[in-house]
Amino acid sequence: MKGKRMHDKIRRHAAGLSALLLAAPAWAAGGAKAESAIPDPARDWDLLWNEVIFDISVIGILFAIVTAWFIWQARRRPGNEVGASPGLSPASAVGWVVIPIFVFLSIDLYTAANGWVLWNTFRDVPAKRMEIKLESGMYSWDYTYPNGVRTQNELVVPAGTPIVLRMTSRDTLHSHYIPDFRVKEDSMPGRITYLWFNPTKPGEHIVTCAEFCGVMHGYMAGRIIVKAPEEYAAWMKGEETRLAALNAPAETPAPAAKTKPAKPAAKKT
Amino acid sequence: MNLKEWIFTTDHKRVGVLYLIGSMAAFAVAGVMALLMRAELSTIGPTITANPTQYNVWLYTHGAVMILGFQIPALTGFFANYCIPLMIGAKDVAFPRVNALSVWLFYVGVILALLTFFIPDPPDVMWTGYPPYSTITTGNTAMYSFTVLILGFASIIGGVNFLTTVAYMRAPGMTLNKLNIFVWCTLAAFVLQLIFVPVLGTAVSLISMDKYLGTNFFDPTKGGDVLTYQNLFWFYSHPAVYVIFLPFIGVVYEIIAAHAKNMVFNYKMVVYGGVGGIVLLAGEVWVHHLYVSGMADWLRIGQMVTTLMISIPVGLMMIGLIGTLYKGSIAFTTPMLYALGVVFLFLIGGLTGIPLAVPSLTLGVSDTYYVVGHFHYVMAVAGTFAIFGGVYHWFPKMTGKMYNEFWGKTGFWITFVGVNIVFWIMMDIGVEGMPRRYYDYAHFPQFEGAHQWMTAGAGILAVGFAIAVLNWILGAMKGEPAGDNPWGSPSLEWSTVSPPPHGNWPSPPSVAEDWHPYGFKKA
Repeated sequence: MKGKRMHDKIRRHAAGLSALLLAAPAWAAGGAKAESAIPDPARDWDLLWNEVIFDISVIGILFAIVTAWFIWQARRRPGNEVGASPGLSPASAVGWVVIPIFVFLSIDLYTAANGWVLWNTFRDVPAKRMEIKLESGMYSWDYTYPNGVRTQNELVVPAGTPIVLRMTSRDTLHSHYIPDFRVKEDSMPGRITYLWFNPTKPGEHIVTCAEFCGVMHGYMAGRIIVKAPEEYAAWMKGEETRLAALNAPAETPAPAAKTKPAKPAAKKT
Repeated sequence: MNLKEWIFTTDHKRVGVLYLIGSMAAFAVAGVMALLMRAELSTIGPTITANPTQYNVWLYTHGAVMILGFQIPALTGFFANYCIPLMIGAKDVAFPRVNALSVWLFYVGVILALLTFFIPDPPDVMWTGYPPYSTITTGNTAMYSFTVLILGFASIIGGVNFLTTVAYMRAPGMTLNKLNIFVWCTLAAFVLQLIFVPVLGTAVSLISMDKYLGTNFFDPTKGGDVLTYQNLFWFYSHPAVYVIFLPFIGVVYEIIAAHAKNMVFNYKMVVYGGVGGIVLLAGEVWVHHLYVSGMADWLRIGQMVTTLMISIPVGLMMIGLIGTLYKGSIAFTTPMLYALGVVFLFLIGGLTGIPLAVPSLTLGVSDTYYVVGHFHYVMAVAGTFAIFGGVYHWFPKMTGKMYNEFWGKTGFWITFVGVNIVFWIMMDIGVEGMPRRYYDYAHFPQFEGAHQWMTAGAGILAVGFAIAVLNWILGAMKGEPAGDNPWGSPSLEWSTVSPPPHGNWPSPPSVAEDWHPYGFKKA
């Protein structure tokens, strides 16, 4: 597909640009050779976030110190009743525009390039993955597994398998926010949006709604439970049995039955 | 003082003062809303109301009234009205009666916004009014739409008025390169208002049509699209940030130049690079409000670059401010403290905005308290400090009297400490995951202590603002006479008597060739 090639090309350029602007920052290199291993977007996010926060702290503190020094130097006192700012020659006036523009622009492009690399990590879904459908509604998260198993407000996933959520909403806007995985994306009626995360090790993570969705917005929370693959397989078996028992007397097939036959992705890892 | 004369006034200074009174009333109400919210959030679970909708109404009122009823009218209503004709040496604005209409509409809008407290089912749609919630809520979305439309209309006719005034009514000899920075900034803000307010008007009208008239602009089951509204809304509402930013930074320039008695550093850089650059970029960055909304990926990436590029004009304006302080003669008066406060608050707010320009980082912090803390620093608090500093700065001109310097400084420091407690902590817990617009945070119990600190900080900053307002009222009633030009500024508004009479000058002023609003000379 042309779009995909274009995308890859742009990504290579972005990675190259970032390497050019700063001598090989560790996380840009990590983003560029991410084809083989499953990337960990949350870890990359932390690295870039810390980097940016460090940079703006340095800029901010330097700027504040310089400003405070100017203010103190220029305080009104005998002998300094009126300002004496030096006049600018036309050349230096232009210089004071052009040089800052290039300084700011280089910081901007550097930030943009690295942000872009991370963006691709967050948006390029790994080929080996489990796709789960999510329908959000006032005020619950309803998950449907590939094999038709459904859960509400509790998503059980196997450690080590990237999870893609294909999301929509049955009423208002919601945003599936998993603070621990540093990711969120709105869901809304009429469109399917997605996000993916990489649960590397067993544990529990809170899911909370990050887009104002109604009166009980603050109470719209759930959990992501990451289990070891074997525990997950056992749990899923139990759920499948339960689903089969539920479906047995039913006349109509569950809507999830239309999707492709389930292949428990968990076993691959 | 004759009330009828004030209501039917066409004098730009009185219109300005009416704007000031109305917007300060709006500020007080919206400030009380903030305190109520902080009180509610001081403990997990219900604290002062058991009804989440009540909290959402406070939140809606706080946001909508602070932006549409306080900051925009105070900056483009009060300061523009009071200062622009005086700064350019005009007797009044080009269309005085249109000006009066504008302030009447503003009062209608504010009263409509405040009726929120007296109707059943008040609006609870946040100031953004996103559908589908705004079209299915039992809250009164029409109230929201009409408030926005009326205040927007007031602002548009104000914009036409001031563009005409500055184009045609400058004093003889007042060339464009001799305009005060504040005049340039405000003109730019009005240009943005004229371009973008109609888009907001469209957006909120369509919401009400969807809800009450059965149209389906935003209903995907009937061919509409939810995201269209968010695009329309932010297509205006991001430029609206510059409608607030430009005049407030203009006010800060006036204060810093006058109280440092110094020439503005690199005037043309500030005007053409700073103000001009912001006008050029203002309309191309709105998607950074939609980074997690499900927008097309390429648009998120494209507007990441434009959003980061905003740092260029804003950086040039900051260089201009710092350069004006350099080798100045700085008097630490109350207005100057507020202006310097803006420099530091804006520095924090601006730099913390850089991660928010990057879509991938936004995935983690969008819609959290980090964003709330950031925009309060950069726009809400910095803007409010500039407004308070500006009122102090022109207080002697408006009243002919002097405020109390001690209480002015005391009020400033109390507020400065308070805002940093509230909004620094807010950004901190935002990074850790505290989402915004929560009535309750039962599943984030670890943040309760931080919330209590913020509530305490909100109380502190409110005391500081109250001291400032009391200082003005007492100063206006029984302050010392201030003289015509207490700051020794050559800017034209200080060349007339305080307070200026109707018509501003006995005979129209003209300016000499070597005159400049920032040409401070040794007395």
